[in-house]
Amino acid sequence: MRQVMVGLAALAALAGGAHAQQGEIRIGEINSYSGLPAFTEPYRKGWQLAVEEINAAGGVNGKTLVVVSKDDGGKPADAVTAANELLSRDKVDMLAGAFFSHIGLALADFAKQKQVFYLAGEPLTDAIVWSAGNKYTFRLRPSNYMQAAMLADEAAKLPAKRWATIAPNYEYGQSAVKVFKELLSKKRPDIEWVGEQWPPQGKIEAGPVVQAVAAMRPEAILNVTFGPDLVKLVREGNSRGLFKDRSVVSFLTGEPEYIDPLKEETPEGWIVTGYPWNTIKTDAHNAFFKAYEAKYKDYPRLGSVVGYALVKSAAAIMTKAGSTDTDKMIAAAEGLAFETPFGPAQFRAIDHQATLGAYVGKTAVKDGKGVMVDSVYRDGKDFLPSDADVKAMRPAN
Amino acid sequence: MDFLVVQFLTGLAGASSLFLVASGLSIIFGVTRIVNFAHGAFYMLGAYAAYSLTERWEGALGFWGGIVAAAIGVAAVGALVEVTLLRRIYRAPELFQLLATFGVTLVVQDLSIILWGPEDLVGRRAPGFRSSISILGQQVPSYDLFLIALGPLVLGLIWLLFHRTRFGVLVRAATQDRDMVAALGVNQRWLFTGVFALGVFLAALGGALQLPRDAVSHTMDLRIIVEVFVVVVIGGLGSVAGAYVAALIVAELNAFGILVLPQVSLVLVFAVMAIVLVVRPYGLFGRPEGPPRTGTAGLIRPWRPFSGGERIAVAVGLVAAAALPLVGGSYLLSVGAEIAIFCLFAASLQLLMSAGGIASFGHAAYFGLGSYGAALAAKTLGWPLPAALAAGAALGTAGAALFGWFCVRLSGVYFAMLTLAFAQIAWSIAFQWTSVTGGDNGILGIWPPPWAGSPAAFYWIALALAAGGIAALRVIAFSPFGYALRAVRDSALKAEAVGISRRAVQWTAFVVAGGFAALAGALFAYLKGSVFPDNLAIPLSVDGLVMVLLGGVETVTGAVVGAVLFRALTIVLMSYTDYSKLVLGLLVVVLVVAFPKGVVGSLQGLRPPWRRAAAPPVAVPAR
Repeated sequence: MRQVMVGLAALAALAGGAHAQQGEIRIGEINSYSGLPAFTEPYRKGWQLAVEEINAAGGVNGKTLVVVSKDDGGKPADAVTAANELLSRDKVDMLAGAFFSHIGLALADFAKQKQVFYLAGEPLTDAIVWSAGNKYTFRLRPSNYMQAAMLADEAAKLPAKRWATIAPNYEYGQSAVKVFKELLSKKRPDIEWVGEQWPPQGKIEAGPVVQAVAAMRPEAILNVTFGPDLVKLVREGNSRGLFKDRSVVSFLTGEPEYIDPLKEETPEGWIVTGYPWNTIKTDAHNAFFKAYEAKYKDYPRLGSVVGYALVKSAAAIMTKAGSTDTDKMIAAAEGLAFETPFGPAQFRAIDHQATLGAYVGKTAVKDGKGVMVDSVYRDGKDFLPSDADVKAMRPAN
Repeated sequence: MDFLVVQFLTGLAGASSLFLVASGLSIIFGVTRIVNFAHGAFYMLGAYAAYSLTERWEGALGFWGGIVAAAIGVAAVGALVEVTLLRRIYRAPELFQLLATFGVTLVVQDLSIILWGPEDLVGRRAPGFRSSISILGQQVPSYDLFLIALGPLVLGLIWLLFHRTRFGVLVRAATQDRDMVAALGVNQRWLFTGVFALGVFLAALGGALQLPRDAVSHTMDLRIIVEVFVVVVIGGLGSVAGAYVAALIVAELNAFGILVLPQVSLVLVFAVMAIVLVVRPYGLFGRPEGPPRTGTAGLIRPWRPFSGGERIAVAVGLVAAAALPLVGGSYLLSVGAEIAIFCLFAASLQLLMSAGGIASFGHAAYFGLGSYGAALAAKTLGWPLPAALAAGAALGTAGAALFGWFCVRLSGVYFAMLTLAFAQIAWSIAFQWTSVTGGDNGILGIWPPPWAGSPAAFYWIALALAAGGIAALRVIAFSPFGYALRAVRDSALKAEAVGISRRAVQWTAFVVAGGFAALAGALFAYLKGSVFPDNLAIPLSVDGLVMVLLGGVETVTGAVVGAVLFRALTIVLMSYTDYSKLVLGLLVVVLVVAFPKGVVGSLQGLRPPWRRAAAPPVAVPAR
């Protein structure tokens, strides 16, 4: 409600735009706050914590770090409007954020056109650093390809030979399936792909999909659905015995955003990527976890880690550049090593992809809650294609 | 074989879920003629309320009691909305209630996040229906069997209600002929409230019953609303049995369709609707309505071109708009260009809705085709800006000519829904044809060349084309062709009698409107630098409707004011709050009550009384 009041007050003061203050460094942040609050609320808490920590430690280059945040309403066109506002009214020094891949791509293209630095946090599409990559755009999270490679490694160890896939029918699902198939078939030429299901994103008819997959008689299943679709798929699959005696490999399911709602219905033994916040015992994560819990009285979600690492890495870029000049920031970011709650990572010079990794583990139910067990951290740098392949995919700037 | 039987049963369960929600929508539309956009919102509220109650109340009684209590509670909320909001605007022009229910939907979306939190909620399974039953060696959830039985049961109960009670008889009578029911002295107020509450009850029950198999989330409403509209239209408006048959067809075609073509769910319902409507223009069980007893002629103030003084005012306004680059920064100019583009888009839709009397629910299709036409011409053919804009307009015009040819064979809501179906088919092509359109990753890098690249230059281009386009649309509205279009709108019979072909005139208008929308879309591509399937998706079509209704559907170009108001509000609110939908929805509701003929329409109503239309006796005359 508070924000509503702020919004109304802001309406009254429409004309007055924020202007850069002396002694401030500004990051313009854009995300789907109204459309995807389940991700963006923990995400916002994450970057707010990072801003607080950075300023408590003296800011960036002696200046106070300020993040100006805008909602994109889940639409690329509105994201571009917001980016315009951030640049020309709020005078931000760099752009950051986005969740959806197509919004990330729209912002990356906008950054290229306006020659401004853009740090993508969450968008997973491979295109943003490869086929549609550009000089101005960097990406933090392990991409679709990297997660597929991590999962394909595990999948190759399974005895299963007959594989079926279920993925949402849009670019994310399509490229996840494509890369996973390619990598797994390379490791295991004996594997047979027995069928695919492509429910529309957010509108799965889970019963028929589960029946259709069962009829393919696969030994293992790749799942790429998430959110409410995943819940429906899991519930129907449990009722119809689809997952009984079958291996399941699943993208993102171990992220608290997606596994928490499943509670006691969480299927056991799925091989997933995710964020097992309660079992990571590294110093880097402990420090982040304690600070987060103390500030918000809640445990972090994966979004919190992304938001936190996004702002921390942006600050690291600007510190190394010693300025907010775009070209200097790009030069500083290429090859820059930075710290995250998951451990050290680096922005690759070759394609501007960060080497941040992900945890791979198995799902289980503990005290009526879905958790990840036997998790291991997979460093992103080990799951990327060869430099020659990357160069072939990425247009020259 | 065993598998096919089970797949059929699974489809049946899906059909029942769909039918519960669709039947409520059908009943509401049949009696009140309200296109209840908020039906999905009530469905979602039902699910949320049921979640809260069943988590609190224990045992089987707690679960089933919670489901029913949630549906009753939400029905009470629905009745409240009807009494406090909709009742005020039954006299408003047709479709205006859609604007009010759109506002309610926006409010409910944000309220549900505030009340129930952002995370997906998974309710408990139904007591007594937790397990599955083995049928022909396949596991079928017993809850599916429960749903399979429930659909026909509810259908039977509705039949009993409609055929064995006085309330039901009145509902059927009102569905058939509202004027006659009113003339016979039936208190329509309470009839409407009762029907609305009943419809909302069914929606909420449908939502609550998804608890054991779905996740409750704040996107549930949008997931279902379009689909149930489609089901209602396929079945035939106002026909409850038709809604069941349609739900059955849609669910079964989906269940078996994915076996052959796994991607089919994306477009299936819309393809089915398009085919059904082309073959049967009133749906499977709908009946053509006789010519309207009182046309809309009496409702609409006679139009006239701008007087001398008004022309000067418009010219001054234009000069002021053109002077914006002198005072505004580049952000303000990009917003200005965006608003100009949406003014043109809304004005093109208004030609159809106001002069033509035919409301398109899929006008974004032509906007989007314009975007893609321009983007493809610029990217793959390397055409310069003016040629690419022309290519966009040409593609949109061609699309409108093709789709319009089918659409103008229909009328009323059936026409509207066929335009929606074609828009969704166009959307799914843009979405799925990755090699040409880039799929949902879109086409990037559509930026204007340097001479048009500065914010001021592009703003002037957008303003000039939008102003020119809107002026052309006004000229068309007052041309002989415009008079023919209005004649067809006011009385198709009389118009045909004097030799005006309804279809030819409406088709021409459809193509013209599509062409101007496509020009707007082409400009939009260059403004944003990228094109995505969002450019022809349903939300944009809805935005267009909202702009026209907000401006005033009885005006010539009031949509321009509606577009400025709506787009500016959206942009400003999104910039300042995450709860932009809540604030926007409340503002829309306030505007609806304050200006029941749209902003421009209502302000014109303040003119001398002889210009005002005589108020119709009750509600809007049946059409």
